[in-house]
Amino acid sequence: MIEVRNVSKSYHRDSLLVPVLNNISITVPDGEFLAMMGPSGSGKTTLLNLIAGIDRPDEGSISVNGTEIATLSESALAQWRSNNVGFIFQFYNLLPVLTAFENVELPLLLTKLSRRERREHVEASLAMVGLADRMKHYPKQLSGGQEQRVAIARALVTDPTVLVADEPTGDLDRVSAGEVMTLLDRLNKEFKKTIVMVTHDPRAAEKAHKVMHLDKGELT
Amino acid sequence: MFVLKLVLKNALRHKLRTILTIVGIAVAVMSFGFLRTVVTAWSYGVEASAANRMITRASVSFIFPLPYAYRDQIARVPGVTHISYANWFQGVYKDAADFKNFFPRLAIDPDTYFDVYPEYLVPEQEMKTFRAERNSCIVGQKIAKEHGFSIGDIITIDGDIYPGRWDFVVRGIYKGRDATADETQMFFHWNYLNERIRELQPSREGDVGWYILTVNNPAEMSSVGRTIDAMYLNSRAGTKTETEREFQQGFVSMSSAIIRSLEIVSFIIIGIILLVLANTIVMAARERTTEYAVLKTIGFSPGHIIGLIGGESLLIAGIGGALGLALTFPVAGAFASMFPTFFPVFNVETITIILAALVAALAGVVAALFPTIRALRTSIAEGLRAIG
Repeated sequence: MIEVRNVSKSYHRDSLLVPVLNNISITVPDGEFLAMMGPSGSGKTTLLNLIAGIDRPDEGSISVNGTEIATLSESALAQWRSNNVGFIFQFYNLLPVLTAFENVELPLLLTKLSRRERREHVEASLAMVGLADRMKHYPKQLSGGQEQRVAIARALVTDPTVLVADEPTGDLDRVSAGEVMTLLDRLNKEFKKTIVMVTHDPRAAEKAHKVMHLDKGELT
Repeated sequence: MFVLKLVLKNALRHKLRTILTIVGIAVAVMSFGFLRTVVTAWSYGVEASAANRMITRASVSFIFPLPYAYRDQIARVPGVTHISYANWFQGVYKDAADFKNFFPRLAIDPDTYFDVYPEYLVPEQEMKTFRAERNSCIVGQKIAKEHGFSIGDIITIDGDIYPGRWDFVVRGIYKGRDATADETQMFFHWNYLNERIRELQPSREGDVGWYILTVNNPAEMSSVGRTIDAMYLNSRAGTKTETEREFQQGFVSMSSAIIRSLEIVSFIIIGIILLVLANTIVMAARERTTEYAVLKTIGFSPGHIIGLIGGESLLIAGIGGALGLALTFPVAGAFASMFPTFFPVFNVETITIILAALVAALAGVVAALFPTIRALRTSIAEGLRAIG
C-alpha cells in the first residue's frame, strides 16, 4: 500500500520559490491501478516522482509497503528503488547503445543473480511483452511501441510491487498506445502489480481503476 | 564489467568525434614528447658528464687559449690523477651550407685523451695506428656512417681558425660506451696542429684550448679547482676550473631562452590536450544527462556514473596518448636523420615516455572532473526533465 500524507513540494526557479504540491494526501491500495490527470504544471509528475523515491518531499511523509521512503539515505533509497519500483517513461529512455536484451538486463546487474539466471529473467520479461524475437535489436531498430514495451520489460524484470508510468502513451500512435495500455492492464490484473500512471490521454485513463485529478498542486 | 562494456560502446557512439579527439590527443602528445626530447638532447652533455672530470679553461673566456706549460703544473696538483688537453679546430668540410657537414673537430693529445674519456671506445689496433701517425684521425661511428668514412680515407678540411688545407687519414672509428656518448666528433693529433701553426702563425705555438683532468675523489673537486685557479691568479692567462657538469651547463645556459621557450610550449601542449579532450567529454556527458538519470533511477550508484564518464575520458586519452607516443619515435628518428650532428645524442628517453603517458592520463582525469561532478549533482528529476 502507498500512503502519501500531507505532502508539499516546492521548486526553486532562480530566486523564486514555486509551490508544486500543496498538502496532498492519497492512499493507493495494493493491486490498485491509479491514473493521475491534470494540466501541465499541475504537479502530477512531481507526485509520481515522490511516490517512486526519485525526489523528496519538503513536508509530509510517504510510505510504500510500510517503508518510510522520505527518511531513507540516498544509497538506501537507490537500493529500495531497484528492489521495489519499476519505471516507465514517456520517451522510453532506453540506452541506445544497448540491445533490447541488455536494456532489460540493466536492473538485474545490481543483483546477485548469475548470468544464466539473469538471462532467464530477461527472456521471460521480453516474452511477457511480446518481444522475445527482438532481443538482439537496438532501440533504433524498434518502433516506438516496441521501445515502450522493452521499457516495460525493463521495469518488470526485477518483479517490483509498484510500477510507475509517466505518460507511457504520450509519444505513441493510437494503435501502439492501445497495445501498451492493454499490457499495463494485464500486468495489473494478472500479476497484481500496483500501477501509478500519469497521463493526459483519457483513453489511457479508462484502463485505470481510479482517476485522480490534480490542478495547481491540489487534488480536485 | 558492465561499466567497461558501456564505456566502450559510448566511446564508439560518435565515431568521427572520438577519432578526431584521439588524433588531436595523439598529435599533441607526440609534440610534447618530441619537444621534451629536444630539451633533453640539448642538455645531454650535462647529463653525460663524468662525476670525476674537471675542465680548466681561460678565466676570461673559453675562446682564449692557455699555455701548454700549465700541463705539468696542473698534473702535480694533489688529487689530480689524469690530465689531457684539446683545442677546438672547427674548419669547413665540403659545403659549409649543408648542416650535416658540421661536426666537432678537436685536436687532442692522442696518448692521454682517451684515458680521461673512457666512454669513447676505440679498437686496440686502430688506436695503436692512430697514435703512430701524426696526421691521422679518429671519427665517431655516427659521422662515419653519415659520411661513409672508413679506415684509410682522407678527410680534407679547410681551416678557418687555423688557416690552410688540412688532410687527415682516418685510422680509427670510435663508438660510445652507452647511448649518452657523443659519436659525432673527430679527433686528431694536437702535435700535428701545433707543428703546422708554428710555421704559419708562430705566436700561437703551444696554445691549448682547455685542459681536462680527472680527480681521485669527486669530493675533492672543489679544492682541486681552487688550488689550480689560485696558481694562475696573477698570471697573464688566468684559469677557471670547474666540474665538467658546470662546464657543460655553461654551454646549455647560452641557449637557455630557447630551451625555456620549448619547455613552455611543451606545457602549453598539455593545456591543448586537456581542452580537446574536455570538449569531447563535456559534450558527451551533456548528451547523456537523461541516461545517467535513468541509470540512477534504476539504482546505479554514483560510482557507476564516475566510472562511465571517467572511463570514457581515460580510454580516449589512453588510446590518443599511446598513439602519440608511438608516433614520437619515428618523428624523433626522422629529425635525428635530418640533423645528425646538431644533437649528438637524440633519443626519446624513458622519462619522456613516462611524462607523456602521465600527461595523457592526467588529461583523462581532469577532463572528466567537471562533467562527472555535474552529472552527480544533477538530481534524477532534473536529469529526466532533460529529455529531448
